[in-house]
Amino acid sequence: MSLTTPAPSPTIAAARPAAAKKARQASRRAGVPYAFLAPGLLLFTLFLAAPIVYAGYLSLRKVKVSGLGLGAKSRTEVWAGFSNYVRSMTDPEFLPSVYRILGYGLIVVPTMLGLALLMALLLDANRTRPWIGSFTRIAIFLPYAVPAVVASLLWGFLYLPRVSPITDVLEAFGLTAPELLSSSWVLWAVANVAIWGGTGFNMIVIYTALKAVPTSLYESARIDGASELAIAWRIKIPIVMPSLVMTFVFSLIATLQVFAEPMTLKPLSNTISFTWTPLMKVYRDAFVRNDIYSAAATSVVIALATFLLSFGFLKLVGRRAFNQED
Amino acid sequence: MTVLAVKKRNSKTATLLLLVGAAYCLLPVIWVLIASSKSASELFSTFTLAPSSHLFDNLADLSGYRDGLYWRWMANTALYAGVGAAVSTLVSAMSGFALAKFEFPGKGFVFNVILAGVLVPGVILAIPQYLLLAKLGLTNTYWAVLLPSFISPYGIYLARIFAAAAVPTEILEASRIDGAGAWRTFVRVVMPMMRTGLVTVFLFQFVAIWNNFMLPYIMLGDDKLYPLTVGLNGLLNQGASQPSMYTAVVTGALVSIVPLIALFLTLQRYWQVDLAAGGVKA
Repeated sequence: MSLTTPAPSPTIAAARPAAAKKARQASRRAGVPYAFLAPGLLLFTLFLAAPIVYAGYLSLRKVKVSGLGLGAKSRTEVWAGFSNYVRSMTDPEFLPSVYRILGYGLIVVPTMLGLALLMALLLDANRTRPWIGSFTRIAIFLPYAVPAVVASLLWGFLYLPRVSPITDVLEAFGLTAPELLSSSWVLWAVANVAIWGGTGFNMIVIYTALKAVPTSLYESARIDGASELAIAWRIKIPIVMPSLVMTFVFSLIATLQVFAEPMTLKPLSNTISFTWTPLMKVYRDAFVRNDIYSAAATSVVIALATFLLSFGFLKLVGRRAFNQED
Repeated sequence: MTVLAVKKRNSKTATLLLLVGAAYCLLPVIWVLIASSKSASELFSTFTLAPSSHLFDNLADLSGYRDGLYWRWMANTALYAGVGAAVSTLVSAMSGFALAKFEFPGKGFVFNVILAGVLVPGVILAIPQYLLLAKLGLTNTYWAVLLPSFISPYGIYLARIFAAAAVPTEILEASRIDGAGAWRTFVRVVMPMMRTGLVTVFLFQFVAIWNNFMLPYIMLGDDKLYPLTVGLNGLLNQGASQPSMYTAVVTGALVSIVPLIALFLTLQRYWQVDLAAGGVKA
């Protein structure tokens, strides 16, 4: 792909005044950044902006059936106002799935980020033992390499009483193990898969931020008699706060869209329904019931709720979403 | 107790906690390694962590499943992730370079739109992307999974930071005075300077596509086009009615995570990501 226009022929160029030539070069140069942005903006428009607009459009449409509903002409698409939203919000399966996802988020996000922060601080404090440090760092990061489907599959088997080593251990002590895929535990079982898969990545993000801090800062605190705990609480955590804010926002967005984990655990547990999470309901409405309009309305609601939560959180902590200036 | 003794005890507690964390993270991986050595009858009967000797039989069974369909899924996944991440990295590098190194009308607007794109929940895209691609007749083809993965707002955001940090403006001036065109300068000068950052962008996108489930699950109907995630999900669903499939599922799960784990161990230094600053400390 060529991004520069071909050079004008020398005769024409010579015939024009030098000032015009300069102006032409300058305007060609002015086009350069747009040429570099073109593929990105085109793809962005086609696969991000257009689908969002289209989802909004579909959420306000419905199919009108005229006559007996036979023949191609009898089904026409008309404006529906907010009726899709009303229908999707009043669906008896919608609110339970929202409560479920909120409970799930309240388990996953704090636990995952708390563990990630704890492990990052321990790794950072443990710099004197490089062998244990690098072994644990790699081991805890490893789940990031495991797709959510495979992670759910592995844990799913480990949850089965016939396979679970936990059951064996508990029975050895004469205790009955909980049925992890039963209705009372299944939320925790799914949450565990997400925590297992996400802690390592977030730990690396926080650890990278910690490593950027010069050790001299801690040494002077130590000379002043500060304990390791005080150093972690007063110096290290404030320093990694921007990283924590970003990991929180990204975790929140990912958590509200959970889909792969419950879809994979579903065949192993009859307590996970087709509408277990809001996104599973969107999938069922669109592809099992062929009601794309109601599915579009539900996805707009989830997306708006996610936006409100993440921007609201960023406002609350008083930070801009990203450091826009270097 | 002396200060030194307290310190030693603290350090021991820290090491112990780290090892517990490592054990928790390794447990499912160790389990799948052991479980894939068991025969179908042993899987649910022998002690969980007792290995057996059927790994190669299981691998042969997995390869034999519908004329090697599993390996086709593996090849598909490599294609989706490799091509998708490569194109996405090039697109991100170009956009990031333009946003970092040029002044032009509309720059602030473009950057803010891309930042908003980073926070767009994928959920709102799934159905309209499917319907739009269906209109073009592209669903149930390789393009259905590839095309949407070519754009990564987060990749553009990262590339902009890398370009701003790694490419000095004087070098661009010098290259232009030497008469090199903008594209030539980008390929020969800018891309090599951004190399470390671009590897990170590539890896991010590669892992994201490799691990993706919802997009191919929605887009594809023909199981010859499936990536591993969708294929394994289907195998597990079959296992519910024929439990003998479970050994194939378990062995398939093990084989599916080997390439990414190898990639992680060899490219460790690129995984030091500072999300807040967007930079890589390599």
